[in-house]
Amino acid sequence: MSTQQAEPESQEAPEDPEMKGAESPAAEQQKGGGMVDEQAEKEAELEGETVHIKVFRYDPEVEGKQEPRFDDFHVPFTKGMTVLDSVMYARDEYDSSLTFRHSCRQAVCGSDAFFVNGKQRLGCKTQISDLEQPVRIEPLPHQEVVKDLVVDMDHFYDQMHAVEPYFQDEDTPETDALEEQRQSPENREKIKMSSRCIWCGACMSSCNIAAGDNEYLGPAAINKAYKFAMDDREGEEIKEHRLRILEQEHGVWRCQTQFSCTEVCPKDIPLTEHIQELKREAVKKNLKFW
Amino acid sequence: MYEHDVIVVGAGGAGLRAAIAAHEAGADVAMVTKLHPVRSHTGAAEGGINAALQEGDDWELHAYDTMKGSDYLGDAPAVETLAQDAPEETINLEHWGMPFSREEDGRVSQRPFGGLSYPRTTYAGAETGHHLLHTMYEQVVKRGIQVYDEWYVMNMATTDEPDPNDRECHGVVAYDVQSGKIEGFKANQGVVLATGGPGQAFDHTTNAVSCTGDGHAMAYRAGAPLEDMEFIQFHPTSLPSTGVLISEGVRGEGGILYNSEGERFMFEHGYANNSGELASRDVVARAELTEVDEGRGVEDEYVHLDMRHLGEDRIMDRLENILHLAEDFEGVDGLVEPMPVKPGQHYAMGGIEVDENGQTCVDGLYAAGECACVSVHGGNRLGGNALPELIVFGKRAGRHAAGDDLGEPKIRTGYGDDVEDETETELPVAPGEAGLDTTGGVAADGGVTADPEGILERTVETARERVDRLMDKEDGVQHAEIRAKLQQAMTDYVNVFRTEEGVKKALEIIRECRQEYQDVYVDDPSRTFNTDLQQTIETRNLIDVAESIALGALVRDEFRGAHWRKEHQERKDEEWLKHTLISWDDGEPSIFYRPVILEGQNKTYEPKERSY
Repeated sequence: MSTQQAEPESQEAPEDPEMKGAESPAAEQQKGGGMVDEQAEKEAELEGETVHIKVFRYDPEVEGKQEPRFDDFHVPFTKGMTVLDSVMYARDEYDSSLTFRHSCRQAVCGSDAFFVNGKQRLGCKTQISDLEQPVRIEPLPHQEVVKDLVVDMDHFYDQMHAVEPYFQDEDTPETDALEEQRQSPENREKIKMSSRCIWCGACMSSCNIAAGDNEYLGPAAINKAYKFAMDDREGEEIKEHRLRILEQEHGVWRCQTQFSCTEVCPKDIPLTEHIQELKREAVKKNLKFW
Repeated sequence: MYEHDVIVVGAGGAGLRAAIAAHEAGADVAMVTKLHPVRSHTGAAEGGINAALQEGDDWELHAYDTMKGSDYLGDAPAVETLAQDAPEETINLEHWGMPFSREEDGRVSQRPFGGLSYPRTTYAGAETGHHLLHTMYEQVVKRGIQVYDEWYVMNMATTDEPDPNDRECHGVVAYDVQSGKIEGFKANQGVVLATGGPGQAFDHTTNAVSCTGDGHAMAYRAGAPLEDMEFIQFHPTSLPSTGVLISEGVRGEGGILYNSEGERFMFEHGYANNSGELASRDVVARAELTEVDEGRGVEDEYVHLDMRHLGEDRIMDRLENILHLAEDFEGVDGLVEPMPVKPGQHYAMGGIEVDENGQTCVDGLYAAGECACVSVHGGNRLGGNALPELIVFGKRAGRHAAGDDLGEPKIRTGYGDDVEDETETELPVAPGEAGLDTTGGVAADGGVTADPEGILERTVETARERVDRLMDKEDGVQHAEIRAKLQQAMTDYVNVFRTEEGVKKALEIIRECRQEYQDVYVDDPSRTFNTDLQQTIETRNLIDVAESIALGALVRDEFRGAHWRKEHQERKDEEWLKHTLISWDDGEPSIFYRPVILEGQNKTYEPKERSY
């Protein structure tokens, strides 16, 4: 089955009187600040057009796909279309072998981090109208490609598991105690951003250090440890234990503060800041006069 | 072949809780999931966990609200178990480190939710499910519980005695998505299905792409009846273009619904004079669509949900996630303008028939969470009652499967002397298997033999043959076409407002889908990460589940909870205080009814008019 699609790239947008006419008051009201206006404008430009995407293809066991290549798809644009929508359309309408992970479509399952126009992004929360065409969609760099856009996540999971990613308590209350541990709203706020991680792997893929040092824990795992280390409910002794894990050779000290992880995080987690804060904690612990 | 004491299928909230409980009860437990656990759709739950934690609140009030919300179709023993166990289970999550939102004194916060007589919804921002999912996965990691991630379970290894009550489940057959390898998983003690909802049977849904009703369909074909499938919750506030959910928390915090004329219609048009926006979900969903049908919808499609008056501080503190969702998926800034919302398929109240211990009528087969029907939600689920169900009944199913004695259940399962056969309704087309040969055609599925010794090996063989047939077939119909047709039919005809004619039309289209499925083929020739194959198998499951929903919607000629019928706009307690059960019967489904249990520990829940 051919992956090349019939509709030529240069096709003119069909006349659409509704789009060209004055906008209804309801539509006007729909829009708000400048950002949203801009997006609406870009969308209006694309209405009736097709979007040109170039998708990375590879399958180790299928002839013709063993050598990586890019396939072109021209997908009819619809309002609000995301990168994920575009590959889903290409798969369902043109080539059912096009393979990628996806599930929730709302940026919480973390399945669909791709390398889109040279940057790690979540397919489901990236509006295609914001991107320059043709849109290049590739698997996450620095990870082994299983097939098409699917990468092997095992190494990422291993690193996440390496930081003892579970709550630990000095006097572990038994489950039948019907009293919660107290936590101040401020302390809860402190760990809020770190707790938003959806394990998408975008940060790890963007990190130069992780690319060169396979044992580096990486931003996501360190952030996971941050969530527990900064949680007052765990107590000082466990915090020290966590810092010992983090200050090992392939831990926090490897970070060179390039901010690439922070830049690509789809949940806006200040990963670099969290790593630096843990470095400071580790220094404080080791310098007794601090 | 792999072998464990307890196999948990699915690793969302219910599955994780079941696995932890089975492990704590001493069993060797393994989880098999088609995703990785943290990808599960529990993570998308926003609102919260209902639990009577505070002084002044009481489990009996929670049970009463739940029973009223269910429109008196919840079974009291299940509803009371939920209300009694939710506080302990919620505190347990806190002890596992779940980052709940907090009050100034450091206690966990609770907020009002629709249909609740007390603000008892515990939450963690507007991302409660995300935190619940990750917290429990952390506990699974801590315990070293084995997880087979990205293994897709295709079939149950169940013996094939004529009466499902005599059958035994000995394991499951799954294939490794990454390599295509098909293997048997032997369960020495039990299999717990925790596969989530069937939302993908509909076109406009808040559910993930992975919510394909796999557990429903596999249990159904193995002999466990599906219960109350006609009761589908349409959430009143989903974004129109994508179906992305906007939490009930917005209305809980004071968000207001307006029609295109700027009227606060919940009050001004008398839909819920006391509770307004916080009426039960089915009430609000019908109100919105009535506004649209009567010409007061915005762009003839949706209504507005306004939270601007709450102020930026409160929104950022409690509903920040909503701002991101509205902006990323609808291009709307919730701080400066109202958000467009319309009802979207959200939740299935019905599911695999189980008792309070999570057990089906098939020995060794359990179900918990959204794929199960205990039933706590009856005709309509209250917001904030899904997450406690996962942890309360996930735990019970896991413990029971591992051999813990939880006492004799009060709820009965399977065909028995307490049921009544459906005899009246005329079906437009015969439901069930479309092929003449249920084991030889491309659509082959179902149990294979009554011999418990070789059952797993034989089921693995059948699964391999089935995959080979799908892969070897050179042309035909592709699953995406069938799936799209099915989803459209369900959203067109088995939605919030249902008519006899419409539901019959849906059954006819479902029949067509079944017939087309006889000719389905998988185009992708690869064994590596073949999502074409996986989705083809899922589509078969969706057809079975969609059919059961439509059948239930046709036979129940009354209006109860989320199920509304144009020709029958009143609740008929004389006739319909009973559950709808659909049994696969080796490809020729039959329908029967079991009375609802309204007798609780201390009182009987007398059906009253449900007004808000």
